[in-house]
Amino acid sequence: MTAVNRVVYEIPARLDPESAEWLRVLGGPGAGREAALARLHEMLLGIAQREARRRGPRLLIGGPELEDLAYQAAADALMAITAKLGQFRGESRFTTWAYRFVILEVSAKLGRHFWRRPDMPLEAEDWDRLPDRFGFEPARESEWRDLLAALRRAVDTELTARQREVFVAIVVNDVPLDALAVRLGSNRNAIYKIMFDARRKLRAALVANGYLDDDDSGRS
Amino acid sequence: MNGWSALDRFLRTDPRDVGCAKAMEMLHVYVDLVAVGGDAEERYPGIAAHLRACGPCGEDFEALLAAVRETAD
Repeated sequence: MTAVNRVVYEIPARLDPESAEWLRVLGGPGAGREAALARLHEMLLGIAQREARRRGPRLLIGGPELEDLAYQAAADALMAITAKLGQFRGESRFTTWAYRFVILEVSAKLGRHFWRRPDMPLEAEDWDRLPDRFGFEPARESEWRDLLAALRRAVDTELTARQREVFVAIVVNDVPLDALAVRLGSNRNAIYKIMFDARRKLRAALVANGYLDDDDSGRS
Repeated sequence: MNGWSALDRFLRTDPRDVGCAKAMEMLHVYVDLVAVGGDAEERYPGIAAHLRACGPCGEDFEALLAAVRETAD
């Protein structure tokens, strides 16, 4: 009778020895696989804890909640890794490929956690905070007042409703992009694309009105 | 950097920018190349452009690179 729970993966030909060993033991039977899973989980947990502790305070998350988030991220990453083991093509070291899962899990979980804060109305717009966001000095307001007024006009007149909603949330209200994606039932890639198009439109408007230079020097 | 140039820099878009999905799909390959001192920007200019412009993806890149370097020690 053939075992149904064990999948034998094809190991890519050009693998460094360490990656090949990971694939061999994770795709193998019994105690060796269990030990490898435990070791991988420990590595993932360490990365998740460090990242959660680094990013958590900025999002006002700490203590047991943050530890729990790290444990969940490591567990979910391990599950995803074992499920997708056959997709590893050896383009990087195995551990780099595996660590990516836990980093992305931490990001996603922190994005979801953001909305547990009670002081996060999405609809509020505090444009007065915009100068500080970009480092405009209050003492030199006469130099930038017209620029920011033009920017606000362009936000109202040049952007679609969706682009304006995303721009205001991220730039004016300082909502993290991942958190906004959760709130809007979207994903990071789609929200970034909306912001990308909004940025392009706003810069074109400011260039057309003489507030910014029409050159390519800042691209890098 | 003053506010004027910070705003200008923020609004600039790079047509080579591949977006989050493609950048995250290749992040492990890009990070390994950076970790060994390879010229990742030259080989993957669209990913490099994206990581410069996208805060969340840039942060994930830095986090993965740090994890790789720490566990290599």
